Amino acid sequence: MDETILKVRDLDMHFAVGTSLFGKPKSTMTAVDGVSFDVRRGETFGVVGESGSGKTTLGRCIMRILQPARGSIEFRGKDEDPVDLTGNNSERLSQVWRDIRMIFQDPQSSLNPRLPVIEIVGQCLRKSEKLGGQALADRVAMLLKQVGMRPEVLHRYPGAFSGGQRQRIGIARALATNPQLVVADEAVSALDVSIQAQTLNLMQDLQEQFDLTYIFIAHDLAVVEHICDTVAVMYLGQFVERASKTTLFKNPQHPYTRALLSAVPVPDPRARQGKRRRLAPRESSTEKTACRFAPRCPHATDICKTQAPPRKRIGDTDVLCHFAGEI
Amino acid sequence: MSQAVLSHQEDVDDFDDTVKVLGPWALVWRKFKRHRLAMWSGVVVALIYLVAILGEFLAPVQIHDTSVRNTFQPPQAIHFFVTREDGSREFLLHAKGMKMELDRVALRRTFTVDESKIIPLGFWVRGYEYKFLGLLPSKVHLFGPTNPRDTVYLLGADRLGRDVLSRIILGTRVSMSIGLVGVAVSLVIGVLLGGASGYYGGWIDGLIQRFIEFIRSVPTIPLWMGLAAAIPLDWPPLRTYFVVTIIVSMIGWTTLAREVRGKFLSLRNEDFIIAARLDGLTNWEIIVKHMVPSFSSHIIASLTLAVPLMILAETSLSFLGIGLQPPIVSWGTLLKEAQNIRSIIEAPWLLIAPGTMIVIAVLTLNFLGDGVRDAADPHAH
Amino acid sequence: MRTEAVPGALLEISGLKTHFFTEDGVVKAVDGVDLTVYQNRTICILGESGCGKSIMARSILRIVDAPGRITDGRILYRAADGREIDLATARQGSAQLRQIRGQDIAMIFQEPMTSLGPIQKIGKQIVETILLHRKVSKAEAKEEAIEMLDRVGIPDPRQRFEAYPFELSGGMRQRAMIAMALSCQPRLLIADEPTTALDVTTQAQILDLIAELKEEFAMAVMLITHDLGVVAEVAEDVAVMYMGRVVEEGDVYAIFENPQHPYTRALMASVPRIGVTKSGRLPAIKGMVPHPLARPSGCPFRTRCDSAMPGVCDTSVPDLVPAGDSRTACFLFSDATGNG
Repeated sequence: MDETILKVRDLDMHFAVGTSLFGKPKSTMTAVDGVSFDVRRGETFGVVGESGSGKTTLGRCIMRILQPARGSIEFRGKDEDPVDLTGNNSERLSQVWRDIRMIFQDPQSSLNPRLPVIEIVGQCLRKSEKLGGQALADRVAMLLKQVGMRPEVLHRYPGAFSGGQRQRIGIARALATNPQLVVADEAVSALDVSIQAQTLNLMQDLQEQFDLTYIFIAHDLAVVEHICDTVAVMYLGQFVERASKTTLFKNPQHPYTRALLSAVPVPDPRARQGKRRRLAPRESSTEKTACRFAPRCPHATDICKTQAPPRKRIGDTDVLCHFAGEI
Repeated sequence: MSQAVLSHQEDVDDFDDTVKVLGPWALVWRKFKRHRLAMWSGVVVALIYLVAILGEFLAPVQIHDTSVRNTFQPPQAIHFFVTREDGSREFLLHAKGMKMELDRVALRRTFTVDESKIIPLGFWVRGYEYKFLGLLPSKVHLFGPTNPRDTVYLLGADRLGRDVLSRIILGTRVSMSIGLVGVAVSLVIGVLLGGASGYYGGWIDGLIQRFIEFIRSVPTIPLWMGLAAAIPLDWPPLRTYFVVTIIVSMIGWTTLAREVRGKFLSLRNEDFIIAARLDGLTNWEIIVKHMVPSFSSHIIASLTLAVPLMILAETSLSFLGIGLQPPIVSWGTLLKEAQNIRSIIEAPWLLIAPGTMIVIAVLTLNFLGDGVRDAADPHAH
Repeated sequence: MRTEAVPGALLEISGLKTHFFTEDGVVKAVDGVDLTVYQNRTICILGESGCGKSIMARSILRIVDAPGRITDGRILYRAADGREIDLATARQGSAQLRQIRGQDIAMIFQEPMTSLGPIQKIGKQIVETILLHRKVSKAEAKEEAIEMLDRVGIPDPRQRFEAYPFELSGGMRQRAMIAMALSCQPRLLIADEPTTALDVTTQAQILDLIAELKEEFAMAVMLITHDLGVVAEVAEDVAVMYMGRVVEEGDVYAIFENPQHPYTRALMASVPRIGVTKSGRLPAIKGMVPHPLARPSGCPFRTRCDSAMPGVCDTSVPDLVPAGDSRTACFLFSDATGNG
């Protein structure tokens, strides 16, 4: 269980903001800023953060949809040598993309409306296993069954399905190559409450059945708590806190994690806390400080503005804060 | 595994077969059908192309047959009944002959209807020999004088006494096909350059975009005139035809290239394209399997809208005398016949007949293109 | 009609049906909604996408897009002067309807850009709304607008008065829209998923703001959401909708602590809760929401209901009857004739 499947070190990703006439970026925006973590085989690693935290960019760097600016991402398949995903060994990498797959957020735009289900789910099999004809139809039908759909829908187009069904098709596509690691980017956030529960259950069942490892990127803390084993909280490109699920939700260390947790509306009217201490809105905090969170932090002092916070370890929590453990 | 599959049984959803859901192309068709004007325009366009294909079968008179006696003869009306000597009226499709008189003082020809001369007309008549669809030799024509030696000018005759109706019918073939061929050329250039521009981006994109801007900034008429003037006069008609087509398509491809580029750019970041990349598809496979089908209906729409532009371009060039040259017959060269004041006053049919055809063709093609464009995106509401 | 009215009721909806006549068939988006909105209270309309909650709200303001239209029912609005107006039959474009729309009932949306014009400064838009409905001078309107921007928590309101909507962040835009909606001091604020597009920290602020303003302006709030957490946070009354009908309504404690309808119960159980839920499977509701063109006969929820009774639930549609502390539309609590 303690075998590492993915090892990310010092990952940086910048985006050019505005380009000059000659294509030189005027300034850059840092989306991922020195992120390091390990994912253990078989676990669900949650990345939680608000919009603009860089969580989606992180997922896309792992999938090599985006080329990270710096850092390494090492994937270790079952009984295989580790391979650096940021490298250029294309033959080896094309093999790896069968082991690492992705589930997208929006079931509407992630399925080509002009292709039938068999093509959507099966195109990777056509490619990697040169399947076709009846063999392909059989495989796709089995995949559909595994995600709880009837095989009769093979030749339907995505337009015929509801959001939840489409997401199941997306999951079937991810599973088609028998992956070991699945990156799920907001996989359930576009779904209705009742469909969300079904989909989460399905993902858990499939994890057990196929020994999958998930990187589960989401903004919904309750969902993350439900499905993840380890959780990392991301703020402006950095992991500000990382811990096992139980520790993180029971005993959050970083002031941002605490603010996030207290902001989540609890589905219990008796738990209403009246007017709680709310975070300052982000727009009044454009100044760039050493600690990214300092401008909104209720505990910030001068040191937070001038010195980058150290990464501290408290119990099994990894936290990026000057005053970790003291507040 | 079968056990695990069972554990999802409760999740198996009831896929609703009661609600019929249309496929993507069926949706396009349904939306198009709602556009009444476009539907009818489509029918008219289809008829025009049918005329272009059938050509000689529909044209009663050989187009290069001249007749001094019939120079500038006005259109002859079709009559349905003849009065016999005994006063009884009988059904007979016919035209009245025309008598030419030369006014020696005014130096003018005048035509009067010769009530006594009856030219019987009919369907499936024998006439000059031609090759049906360019393959089968035939003498049968859909409509014309029953006696092969008679001639009838239903839309009048031109200054050499040639039949305007037949010339328009065969001009349709040239004009409409120039539209199609020109569009095909634009399509190839536009999709290749626009696709390269959108897919690779960077300096390739910059170069192609500047090139497009340059071409668009050159005033079209002088550009065409320059290009057309470079065509040697002694070239065979067919070669001239193709060169003119290419010149005409110079305007079309830039618009198309821009459209393709825009579609490429917007599609490149769609999740389903990213998913296809992750599935291991090559760039080429992604373009062919995902991108082109996603904007093919848009391309069809812009192509339909480009055809009338091409037709108008050919017409303008030929009218100016720098496009197609006689003996090629196109709507443009026919209009050129009506270029002088004398023709317009004395033989207005030389202007009206081809002019009407151009207006009808251009209008219906535009309506059709509008309809296709509206229907192109079945998922937009 | 006067005697029927419930004391304190601001809006009484009964038997409302809003149907969409599409090429594929009739979509019964709202199909017989009964609902009462009380003065000075917050009612949350809870439901999943496609349950008709937004269409119901749009029907109140008569802003349902074609091919949809109200086919039946009443929306009785009791104006400040005691008059009762049926909004369902009020003539589209009539002065009365326009008066109520901007001034008495205001609406905010999930995406503020849909109601904020993109090319006009936000200050100007608020001033125009004020001038349209009230007799004040331009200068007074401007002062009021700035005050309003300040009130909704926009920093530097005098400066932001000159800002264009795109210059503001999502949370600020939502605040600006609330400022515009409240500038005429409506008696009812309808908020359609006002925080769905926002981050949790921003969402908490906006919910607080709406709650505060509700007290301050003594208005009723109808908040439409799919988020149980949001409902628990702000609601006093709750109406749960499923496939175009209200399946359960009651006060927030009754709904959360003693839900009666199988759908409400299942919904409550299916959301993960921080610190409460155990790992493992969530008790999910089985199946999918039926296609809108293939409504099941009888009770719309019966296809997914664990307690569905063949021969009862598929024959007729249950009405709302008292059950527990709430009112529920389910045959578990009433027989097919409707007696509790």
